Amino acid sequence: MIDLFTLNFILGHINYWLFIVLMMTGLYIVISKGNLVKKIVGLNIFQSSVFMFYISMGKVSGGTAPIFPLDMKIDSTTTYSNPLPHVLILTAIVVGISTTSLALALTVRIREAYGTIEEDDLVSIELELSTEELSAEHALTNGRKA
Amino acid sequence: MRHHLILRVITKLLVGAMMLFAFYVQFHGDYSPGGGFQAGVIMAVAFIIYGIVFDLDHVQRVLPPWIAHKMLAIGVLLYSGTGIVSFFQGLNFLDYTAFSPHHPVHGQHYGIFAVELGVGITVTGVMVSIYYAFAGRTSEIRDEDW
Amino acid sequence: METFINIILFTLLVVTAIAVTRTHGLFGVAMLSGVFSLLSALLLVTLDAVDVAFTEAAVGAGISTVLMLSALSLTSRHEKESSRSNVVPLLVVMCTGILLFYGTLDMPNFGEEGSPAQNHVSKAYIERSPSEIGVPNIVTAILASYRGYDTMGETAVVFTAGVGVLLLLSGLQRRRRKEYKKSGKL
Repeated sequence: MIDLFTLNFILGHINYWLFIVLMMTGLYIVISKGNLVKKIVGLNIFQSSVFMFYISMGKVSGGTAPIFPLDMKIDSTTTYSNPLPHVLILTAIVVGISTTSLALALTVRIREAYGTIEEDDLVSIELELSTEELSAEHALTNGRKA
Repeated sequence: MRHHLILRVITKLLVGAMMLFAFYVQFHGDYSPGGGFQAGVIMAVAFIIYGIVFDLDHVQRVLPPWIAHKMLAIGVLLYSGTGIVSFFQGLNFLDYTAFSPHHPVHGQHYGIFAVELGVGITVTGVMVSIYYAFAGRTSEIRDEDW
Repeated sequence: METFINIILFTLLVVTAIAVTRTHGLFGVAMLSGVFSLLSALLLVTLDAVDVAFTEAAVGAGISTVLMLSALSLTSRHEKESSRSNVVPLLVVMCTGILLFYGTLDMPNFGEEGSPAQNHVSKAYIERSPSEIGVPNIVTAILASYRGYDTMGETAVVFTAGVGVLLLLSGLQRRRRKEYKKSGKL
């Protein structure tokens, strides 16, 4: 187990490990913070870390960006990095911003309806509303019985 | 932002260049980094910066909300319409050979052009209308508030 | 050299992310997320993904900061201290992190040429796209031609998200006008 961790191995994997730290930071923000806007930022960080991971997998050392020369005279000795992850992530970024804006729009509506974007306050307001409803219903059924 | 003279002058200078750059990215995407997604975002940014520095009403006179809303659908229709054209030649969906049956590579060029244009129009429309939706709700913010 | 630039940029990204967790002013959080996007664009350039870096710089540092700020102006600018303890989230995060770390031990080295990701369909794309598509930018060729369906789906998703935002946020003016009319009649 110990002899697995040579310098070569560590240098080859440190990208993945840093990506894990990044991803876990995003996850931590999402589950521990109560502010909805901050949760959205956390989700964005989580998402970016996945993007980084994908792109890291497509990198070939000594390779270059996957664009041929303009005259299309392709030198067969040139290595190109893997273009497939680039395509997937490129579209994912734009979809990511659209979904982020949808989430922000929801946050704005929540703020308008409840006057707060803190999760703790939202939960207590919801609880109050539901107990009120319950007691009203209770009074109604009791009144019917009497 | 009436008294931010530097911002106003620089914005007026830059908006044209930004739109031109967006078109370059859109139509040169086959040869260099870029394409519909990036061009759409840059085009939208040109409108958004104009809206921020001047006023929402000013930018909505250039690009009224109803046009931006139609752009959302036009792009997607252009994309799927490109796919449907190939049906008439008895080919598969999104097979660009249909555009130039005797020279498939040219057909690919035309097809990619049309598809990227569709993507660009949709992304511009979405980003601009999202900005309109958010900014239309915000009351004017004075500088001291920030 | 390349590896060290990578590691430094990646470390800066992690530092920015940790700074986001420690900042309580949401204005600062929005700015930090812009910084995060710019740093990741730089990192993407060193990883040869120029197209993606371009998108990230335009989207992340441009539009998303603007949207975040306009959302902040409609909500609040400060985060309240959460009442819950941080122990359980930390524990969950640690456990997940260790599991993921265990998963990476089997992975091929970063940038290795013969790794499985490099060998199947993407190799064919690089070899065949000059004769089949004839477009210098392979990313565009795959995006618009080989994987046209995929991109069409993504465009539809962007469209749907845009329609969703419009449904949620606009229509207020119209409603107000209606209410105004009603109250005028009454």
